[in-house]
Amino acid sequence: MHAWINRQSLLVDYTLSALARHAGRNLAILAVYSCLVFVLASTMLFSDALRRESRALLSHSPDVLIQKLSAGRHAFLTAADVERIGPLRGVSRIEGRRWGYFYDPAVRANYTLMAVASDPPARGSIRVGEGVARLSGLAKGNALALRSPEGPLHVFTIEGVFREESSLVSTDLVLMHPEDWIEFFQVASDLCTDAAVTVVNPAEVRNVARKVAERLPGSRVVLKEEILRTYDSLFDWREGLLLALASLLAASFAVLAWNKASGLAADERREIGILKAIGWDTRDVLTMKLWEGALVSGCAFGTGLLAAWIHVFHFRAPLVAPVLAGWSVLYPRFDLTPSLDPWMLLTLSFLTIFPYTLATLVPAWKAAITDPDAVMRGSE
Amino acid sequence: MILDKSVLALLLASGAGAAGTLAAAPHALAVLRRWDLSSGSASQLRLERMSTLVSTGMALLLLVQAPALLLFVAAADGMASHFVGAMCAIGSLKVNPFGFPALITQIAAFFGTLIWLVLNAVDGGCRDYPLTRAKHGVLVALIPLMAASFGLEIAYFSGLDASVITSCCGSLFSSDSSKVANDLASLPVRMAIPIYFVVLATAAAVAAVTAWRGRGGIWLGLAGVVAFPVGLAGIVSFLSLYVYEDPLHHCPFCFLKPEYGYRGYAFYGILFVATAAAVSAAALGLLSPRENASRDLQERVPRATRTLGLVALAGYLSTVAVSGWQVLASGLKLLGDA
Repeated sequence: MHAWINRQSLLVDYTLSALARHAGRNLAILAVYSCLVFVLASTMLFSDALRRESRALLSHSPDVLIQKLSAGRHAFLTAADVERIGPLRGVSRIEGRRWGYFYDPAVRANYTLMAVASDPPARGSIRVGEGVARLSGLAKGNALALRSPEGPLHVFTIEGVFREESSLVSTDLVLMHPEDWIEFFQVASDLCTDAAVTVVNPAEVRNVARKVAERLPGSRVVLKEEILRTYDSLFDWREGLLLALASLLAASFAVLAWNKASGLAADERREIGILKAIGWDTRDVLTMKLWEGALVSGCAFGTGLLAAWIHVFHFRAPLVAPVLAGWSVLYPRFDLTPSLDPWMLLTLSFLTIFPYTLATLVPAWKAAITDPDAVMRGSE
Repeated sequence: MILDKSVLALLLASGAGAAGTLAAAPHALAVLRRWDLSSGSASQLRLERMSTLVSTGMALLLLVQAPALLLFVAAADGMASHFVGAMCAIGSLKVNPFGFPALITQIAAFFGTLIWLVLNAVDGGCRDYPLTRAKHGVLVALIPLMAASFGLEIAYFSGLDASVITSCCGSLFSSDSSKVANDLASLPVRMAIPIYFVVLATAAAVAAVTAWRGRGGIWLGLAGVVAFPVGLAGIVSFLSLYVYEDPLHHCPFCFLKPEYGYRGYAFYGILFVATAAAVSAAALGLLSPRENASRDLQERVPRATRTLGLVALAGYLSTVAVSGWQVLASGLKLLGDA
């Protein structure tokens, strides 16, 4: 074992000096290879972070959401509808929620206006998300004027601005008193947008949803786990699509690596010829070439991954975010929690190191079987 | 089909494995027919040169199969969130009829490739390459396995339909489920625990003897072939209950999840490594020529058998220790006042 380790360390030592002798060419390959790892790793790190954020976020959402449909479109629930749903065994709470969208032409963005029943803002006051405050250039204590869909102008005092940490859910949010909400949208006081149901036992959520659907036929019952599944599928699909496209880059890179490894310079050929003439056998040369690939791969993998980490967690992934996270005028500013999944690293190595090593194997073997006599005479 | 990063990586690995073994087939057949190290003919020289490439390439392709198996299980577990009714890898694997066959083929490919890698390592260490024919024979046998593994993975991943309502591990091990799963789950704990520990301890004893003597790999292989299904059955019948501290939860996959500290990977890891070492020792014993063996081979085979015996011994002892600790440390008590 000791002899084997000693032999490998000598081979690595020789390989490093051989790489240094052709630094220019190897650095070019290293740069392209690192860029490839960077693109793939950025996509994976950002998608994983988004998935984690969405799960953390949705863990606080209601177990079941009930929306009434009319002619296939979302309609208001009445107080009578909410009464028909409850009481249900296993349900700890049913709450009718009032919320709606409002397009503010002044900033050309949509706000979500929501009435809060518990601890609401004072009449005529609102609490706004960080995005709303940023876009309208207002702060706590300022007045925000909104023209209601029915015509009259409503002026609200900003009572508070949500912190940036909650931006993912609150960026476009305007919280107001229920009476203000009813007045603003001119909606009857017994109507609500949807109903949120909290179920005590998570295993009973599907049974509760079935009973709700029976009591309120024609309504849409949305489960938290379905929303989670949809987000997971969405992020997976976007990530997979981007990775599939980037894999074409990986294939092109593999061809480039093959070409680079095939086109050995005359001095490299002579070097291998001399090595074989002084006693190296084909396996030694092949091992040395594989070490060369492993060292280049290791450096590129480390550099690309580190760059991707900085890109995603320090700069919020400007290069991949528009594709993976979508965009809007009122896009939330949020910090991603840094995390490195070992399965992601394994997948990344499968998609980068594995094809590169395979692509350089045949050229390495061709170099290794070079006849020393022919090389040194210059006929190869 | 679910476009997932793990799916792309797995298809790349198994596709390369299948293509690689298939591409090496003509060379492997030529070696089986014409390999003659004493000959200095041009065709023998070509075979020797190609043999270096094929051996290195195959070693690379086959080395990937072990992490690919891990990734396959992790991917199936991770995809459970996409399917209604799935709680772990079992739900994902049951989404279509190709899930479990893909997993089983991949496990077979894992053992097959490890046997090849052991033969290749011993062969490469001898100056007369005495196992070249044998390892190329194993390579030919691996071709349909690798192709089946790739084909089943494609069929499984392309047939993943998010609208399918699958079933969770609870239903697989319930009384109205498939016979094998239900039989395993309903094995009396008082009977399953002694069988499990006796069989694994016996396998460890055989491994110790093999490691000490440097021969008897075939016996170790036989012990490994018996201990592997007993180990898996033990996980389903009683070990899972102690891990989850729930007398009705028999799932062999849920304890791969982070909430159980990824304990499943440790359990399966040591059992798979021990089994792989045992069957590789058997293959080495069966495929090494006994007559006219070179001095290199006479030295290398006992040394490799000893190493494999030690690996198997460590694996079986760790399995016994970890399982025993799990039973004793668990909050669930199934054996009276024990």
